[in-house]
Amino acid sequence: MISIWMIPAIILIVLVTATLKKVPTYETFVEGSKEGLHIAISLLPFLLGMMVSIAIFQASGAMEAILSIFKPLLSLVGIPADILPLAFIRPISGAAALSMTTELIRTFGPDSFIGQLASVMQGSTDTTLYIITVYFGAVGIKKMGDALKVGLLADLVGIIASIIIVIILFG
Amino acid sequence: MVNLIWALLAVTGIVFAAFNGTMEEVNKAIFSTLDEAIMITLSLAGVLIFWLGLMKIAEEAGLLAALAKVFRPFVKKIFPDIPENDPALGYILSNMTANVFGLGNAATPMGLKAMKELKRLSGSEEASRSMITLLAINTSSLTLIPTTVIAIRMKYGSEDPTSIIGATILATLISTFAALLIDRFFYYRRKRLSGL
Repeated sequence: MISIWMIPAIILIVLVTATLKKVPTYETFVEGSKEGLHIAISLLPFLLGMMVSIAIFQASGAMEAILSIFKPLLSLVGIPADILPLAFIRPISGAAALSMTTELIRTFGPDSFIGQLASVMQGSTDTTLYIITVYFGAVGIKKMGDALKVGLLADLVGIIASIIIVIILFG
Repeated sequence: MVNLIWALLAVTGIVFAAFNGTMEEVNKAIFSTLDEAIMITLSLAGVLIFWLGLMKIAEEAGLLAALAKVFRPFVKKIFPDIPENDPALGYILSNMTANVFGLGNAATPMGLKAMKELKRLSGSEEASRSMITLLAINTSSLTLIPTTVIAIRMKYGSEDPTSIIGATILATLISTFAALLIDRFFYYRRKRLSGL
């Protein structure tokens, strides 16, 4: 309910304050917008290149093959193997993760252990590779330093945290 | 590193497809992804154009500076390299605020604009300390209400679609906190290595 009020409220506050302060609202809007258009266009090569590479990897079946190696390991620790593909894909592809979450919730039921776990994993982290591609691509950063390592390690912590929290709360 | 990952994903995929007999799927995936990338960029262009226009007005009206002022002590701890009163702070805060309230499509434009401001500060093609921190915060996605997940749960008949909110907030807090710690760790490691 709150969320439908939020964006109109932001627009309202910005426009009223700016008008009171005699900022030329429409002209300023257009000036800022142009930058948005510029960022979007310079982003496309980065995004497209990364997406094609991920798509090839996924469509070839290589990803599934790699995952099947790890599955027995997870079962040993008592974590359902069905959740592994989601944990693996979450940092790489947002669209694939969302369809996997949907599939898990549909198959096992939203209130099952796996359904709850998939929900928490999906909601608690974002697609690291997409964010890095988009954020650095938009401003033309070539050397990304430790960014990828930081992002992926944080994802790992997030995924482990999700598993532990869901085991404690719903297990 | 990203060059290696990028090439490796495609090369592994193609070699694997050759043995797995999935070359047709690979062909299809390549071309459907091209369309998909254009569609994503187009819809991103819409929100970028709108939000950066609106935020420019907010900046001129002094709203971003006001926001930055309120949270200054907090942000100063996370981003010690950004000079006080710099417009970058205002955009970083709007990015974080939009994330927290689940306004995903507003968060990206503000984050990108913040990145641009950070690049102005660093003036180099290498990721600066503040850029890596901003990225770490965004990849661990500090969200209070996971709206998309709740919608999916409702669709498949959950008895309590919002039951996962508490667990999600806890997990997101842990991963964001971990992201900040890991970021700090790598920063001090870089400093130590360059000092030797």
